[in-house]
Amino acid sequence: MSSRPELLAPPEIFYDESEARKYTSSSRIVEIQARLSERALELLALPDDGVPRFLLDIGCGSGLSGETLSENGHQWIGLDISASMLNVAVEREVEGDLLLGDMGQGLGLRAGVIDGAISISAVQWLCNADKSSHEPRLRLKAFFGSLYRCLSRGARAVFQVYPENIAQRELILRQALQAGFGGGLVVDYPHSTKKRKEFLVLTCGSVPTSINEGYKESCSEDDDSEDEENGMVGVSDRNRPRKKQRTNKKGKGREWVLRKKEQSRRKGNDVPHDSKYTARKRKSRF
Amino acid sequence: MRLISHNLLSCNIKGVKNGFPLKIEVGEVIQKEVDFNADFLRHMFAKIEWKALVEGARSMGYTELPEDSPDATVLDSADDSFLRKLHHALLELHLEEGALVCPETGRKFPVSKGIPNMLLHEDEV
Ligand SMILES: C[S@@+](CC[C@H](N)C(=O)[O-])C[C@H]1O[C@@H](n2cnc3c(N)ncnc32)[C@H](O)[C@@H]1O
Repeated sequence: MSSRPELLAPPEIFYDESEARKYTSSSRIVEIQARLSERALELLALPDDGVPRFLLDIGCGSGLSGETLSENGHQWIGLDISASMLNVAVEREVEGDLLLGDMGQGLGLRAGVIDGAISISAVQWLCNADKSSHEPRLRLKAFFGSLYRCLSRGARAVFQVYPENIAQRELILRQALQAGFGGGLVVDYPHSTKKRKEFLVLTCGSVPTSINEGYKESCSEDDDSEDEENGMVGVSDRNRPRKKQRTNKKGKGREWVLRKKEQSRRKGNDVPHDSKYTARKRKSRF
Repeated sequence: MRLISHNLLSCNIKGVKNGFPLKIEVGEVIQKEVDFNADFLRHMFAKIEWKALVEGARSMGYTELPEDSPDATVLDSADDSFLRKLHHALLELHLEEGALVCPETGRKFPVSKGIPNMLLHEDEV
């Protein structure tokens, strides 16, 4: 197997029956995925009130990540594009509901209903164009846009990703921020080639707590110690950049502003009430 | 697929305005017991579209839910019979075989081994 399965075949072909079975029969993979899922759940920073939440597992595969959610008492829906992976999940009797679907086509979920989302080792798949009709940028856009809509206010989405290169990382991050998310990258063990793990932590609406930092210390022996020497953390906690302004000279107009405010209200955000001043141009000396 | 997921799911076909709720066509329904957690049900109650839940449950053969969305006070009443029913409807009934049908276009999403196939054709994206 190449170190980058994304380059070999589309996911629904690559994760065929034998690959799906290999995936869950390797105790090493099971352990790694469980550890990544635990960390993603931690980064979701759900309220510490003991109430189970309704979560989404994107690219849930054979249910290894979802099992971590169940073990922590939560209910979940898992989405995956590979029927073979989902069949293994059924055999393993996972507790979540499963959907066969393509995240690049957008998620068909009602607005504001999901308490949080995790995705373990899956989103980098969207950076590949597997069909002539595929345009990675548009698929990422459809995905993040629909995810943003279905998350409840203040909810987070945490993605453990393996981007192939800097351009891919940037592409994923940019599409996420353009969809309206805030947040940024958390890197655990940034100086270890083996242990380095990236998590994209996205926030939807107001952020209750700040995003915590990546892990610095090494906690296991299986490491070449030399690339651990200085345990600096690479956290680039970005705020949402302003959307590119696409206004014409007259500005966007009152109607546009009122519509946007209404949309935002429906998401449950605090929006100033409408008045005769709404969407008026400021005096130039302002 | 359980009704808790059905209640959040809508049809995603390009151009569809009202893809909710998906109509349930039953082939086979199975039941699996799930631990009761009142806090979770209270948390979910506000998100649930009641009418869709009642209809979904009815199509799966469960008719114990009240027709109209009950007042939120029942969630905290000492008698937990309402929560028990809600629990059963949301979490214990599984559509094992059948289909989900888009209310606007009539497009069928087949459900097999409990898994709805929500993959869209290229011209639906
Ligand atoms: C490395 S596996 C991880 C599975 C699971 N999250 C785990 O931790 O065990 C990646 C999964 O992403 C899924 N995937 C890839 N592209 C996808 C897409 N466009 N939509 C949904 N799932 C996708 C694959 O089918 C595969 O099951």
